[in-house]
Amino acid sequence: MESCKLTAHELLEKIKNGEIASEQIFSDLSKRIEGVDSKVKAYVRTSDSQPLVHNSNFRGIPVSIKDNICTEGCNTECCSKILVGFNPPYSATVINKIIESGNSFMGLKCNMDEFAFGSSTENSCFGPTHNPWNLECVPGGSSGGSAAAVAADEAIWALGSDTGGSIRQPASFCGVVGLKPTYGRVSRFGLIAFASSLDQIGPLTKDVRDSALLMNIISGYDPNDSTSINTPVPDYTKDLINDAKGIKVGIPREYFVEGLDPEVKLIIEEAVNKLKTLGAQFKEVSLPHTEYAVPVYYILATAEASSNLARFDGVQYGLRAKTQNLIDMYKKTRQLGFGDEAKRRIILGTFALSHGYYDAYYLRALKVRTLIKQDFDNVFKDFDCIITPTSPTSAFKIGEKVDDPLKMYLSDIYTISVNLAGIPAISIPCGFTKKGLPVGLQILSKHFNEGMLFRLAYAYEQNTEWHKMKPKL
Amino acid sequence: MKYEAVIGLEVHLHLNTKTKAFCGCSTEFGKEPNSQVCPVCLGFPGSLPVYNQTALDYAIKVALALNCKVQEYTKFDRKNYFYPDLPKNYQVSQYDLPLSVCGFLDIELDGKLKRIGITRVHMEEDAGKLIHQDNSSLVDFNRTGVPLLEIVSEPDINSPEEAYEYLSTLKSTIQYLEVSDCDMEKGSLRCDANISLRPAGEKALGIKTELKNMNSFKGVKDALSYEIKRQAEMLDSGETLTQETRLWDVKAQETVSMRTKEGAKDYRYFPEPDLPPFIIKEDKITEIRKTIPELPKEKMQRFIKEYGLSEYDAKILVNSGAGSRFSEEAMKAFPDENKKPVANWIIGPLTALAANYNLQIYELNISPDNFIELAMLVEKDQAISNLTGKTVLEEMYKTGKSAKEIITEKNLAQISDSGSLGGVIEEVIKENPKSVSDFKAGKANAVMFLVGQVMRKSAGKANPKVVQDLIKKRLESA
Repeated sequence: MESCKLTAHELLEKIKNGEIASEQIFSDLSKRIEGVDSKVKAYVRTSDSQPLVHNSNFRGIPVSIKDNICTEGCNTECCSKILVGFNPPYSATVINKIIESGNSFMGLKCNMDEFAFGSSTENSCFGPTHNPWNLECVPGGSSGGSAAAVAADEAIWALGSDTGGSIRQPASFCGVVGLKPTYGRVSRFGLIAFASSLDQIGPLTKDVRDSALLMNIISGYDPNDSTSINTPVPDYTKDLINDAKGIKVGIPREYFVEGLDPEVKLIIEEAVNKLKTLGAQFKEVSLPHTEYAVPVYYILATAEASSNLARFDGVQYGLRAKTQNLIDMYKKTRQLGFGDEAKRRIILGTFALSHGYYDAYYLRALKVRTLIKQDFDNVFKDFDCIITPTSPTSAFKIGEKVDDPLKMYLSDIYTISVNLAGIPAISIPCGFTKKGLPVGLQILSKHFNEGMLFRLAYAYEQNTEWHKMKPKL
Repeated sequence: MKYEAVIGLEVHLHLNTKTKAFCGCSTEFGKEPNSQVCPVCLGFPGSLPVYNQTALDYAIKVALALNCKVQEYTKFDRKNYFYPDLPKNYQVSQYDLPLSVCGFLDIELDGKLKRIGITRVHMEEDAGKLIHQDNSSLVDFNRTGVPLLEIVSEPDINSPEEAYEYLSTLKSTIQYLEVSDCDMEKGSLRCDANISLRPAGEKALGIKTELKNMNSFKGVKDALSYEIKRQAEMLDSGETLTQETRLWDVKAQETVSMRTKEGAKDYRYFPEPDLPPFIIKEDKITEIRKTIPELPKEKMQRFIKEYGLSEYDAKILVNSGAGSRFSEEAMKAFPDENKKPVANWIIGPLTALAANYNLQIYELNISPDNFIELAMLVEKDQAISNLTGKTVLEEMYKTGKSAKEIITEKNLAQISDSGSLGGVIEEVIKENPKSVSDFKAGKANAVMFLVGQVMRKSAGKANPKVVQDLIKKRLESA
């Protein structure tokens, strides 16, 4: 039972020294899942016969996989009724890379908001995941299952996907490390698309070293993904040097305004002070187009989603409603198959792209996206990193925001710009609220500078204890 | 009233790449349904497209051959609509920044040259094929994702004949580039037409209809002719036309309304986020320009100049790229200055033979040298008659042997000596006293009948010229 509490790098060391076998890790994980997942519900379990690990091949350290990343032979359903039973005839590139690295992946998939639409994992057709730190709270989303599994020691490490904060915000809510890589760093082949120009797969881990290790495995050019970029992958563990001296960090004033929970603000300020004592140099900076990030994001992301989700029509796979004619089949299948939030986003996106509205919405949003990107380019001329809260609040109660989509959308206010700009960002645990809920610190850097994120995050982590805290379950 | 037709054509062309536009599946035609598919062309969730570089090169080649400006920055867009033959329910196409713009194609009609503007040539992917049966419909995705070019003309075409000529010239130009087989029957070339009428001499455009479902060049011509008549009748009787899409019904030889403008779809185009934009550099364009062969128009002019052919003959000979290569080799192998006999043999017997077997002349496996050997035997040596020549030509195709071999084997050599012909001539004169007396009465033509009889009796082997001379001599001396 103990091995599942360890990090991947600790376990790899133990495997190397012959102190533990992969089978033991699987068996411990299995027991842990049996023990606590009825409370946390981090995993999607559509049938009891579902294998815990893919093809029972216990190798290396198992990675837990979000339900929107294709795994050959294991259902990949995006937690949507429309894809129930979908068993892809191929694996995502990241899955193949995990296998090539001598590791394996869990057969059970991690819960998520349907098609990654959401910030709380309440939009799953399989029901919500519960935050391991407080079972009445959400784990964040959309990669809430992956984050909760890691936090609850039901996973050693996990993969999520991040379109507007879907790795970082749940990492923050669950007190784990979550990284959104540079757009093009990790192949999207096999990731069921939400918004193609924003989506990236990334790691959710117990500490920064595991994040670097998993990035070493999944990063790199993929000829099957035209948007993946052919630039060498450094060994990210080389950046784990516990030295923050001279790192120039910008604090964007637009992020410390109304809407930021005072308690969260205080915790972030303490973290900044800690980093100052470690030698990092801080200065206030401005990202003037920040206020447009949320509207721009919800136009572009929903526009792309409306088109990406058009293929779920009942013709080839997934749910097909029984009807008498084609148009009714389309309508009924999609009416029954998609949840409310998916429908809301498809309608929003369809509207934004419609004749007569395209220029005012989509085209305008594209232009503002460029301005947002330029904001970051300007800051990174003089700074190595930017530090912000990951989320304006800690985890909220299940059901608290489901009826107020706008309020829900604002919980991604600090993470969305990063996707619009395509830059990398990491969320690391930096404290707890009085109610015992974790708070995340977000570090941003320029394109392909994940190394800088690891360096600063590692320095902070080595000089704090937050990442060692475990929820009581 | 007298009207002028304003016609623009939209041609869709399959590029003959080995693999599809965005995946590695084969593009081969006529295979078992759904045997050439993969997660990418089936639009499975998580799959991503990667554009075929050869398709891009071919597209640039076509654009350059049509005198278009290839744009430095070009991108793909998604055209969104639901249809079961479209697995992603969007087609990857190009919208506001197409591959190339502002080209032209010169056509010739009744000896007059006319320049037809090309608005744009852009890249896209084909959809699948629906097969309707009884109460259900089946989908074949083999064609899904085959690279297509859309070639849009300016509304510079003013008659069905011009439209036909534009399509023929376009087809022969593209066949020269060897990037598409341009076969309308296989669907590798398809054509839609936009047509409106306006009173002759007026500038303002009338209300247009879009015509679809024509499956031959003749169909395009017929549909346009029908539509001109229909629109003119409506305008003459004071009716207002509606902007609509009409389908050509080849059986009924009429167009039928499919949908009006109100029912027009909103395709919600937006940039395809899965494919980054292309930057096409000048050196790539230069490199591809080098691969463009001499095109039919230039070749025709050269044939007229170098081989002394008539414009009519030259135009036929350059119609297809491979065919024109055959013709040129044959003309070079023919020793005389005057190449007219070679042109005659190609346009006549050789083309007829190929058509008979549904082949192109260069697919008959008769080499230009062997072909010229035969032409020489007929035209210069007069070793065999024209008629025998045609028989020998068919034998050459069937057996792969040379003309000389066949003539020897089958004993087909022409009989020209009076000794061996004398007996037959005597027989014929005896059997046809009427013709003999006609000739003697001054009907010079009667001799041709007698020649024909001799030819028949000698199984075509007699030299008709010699026979004619011999008969004349024989009758005049009698």
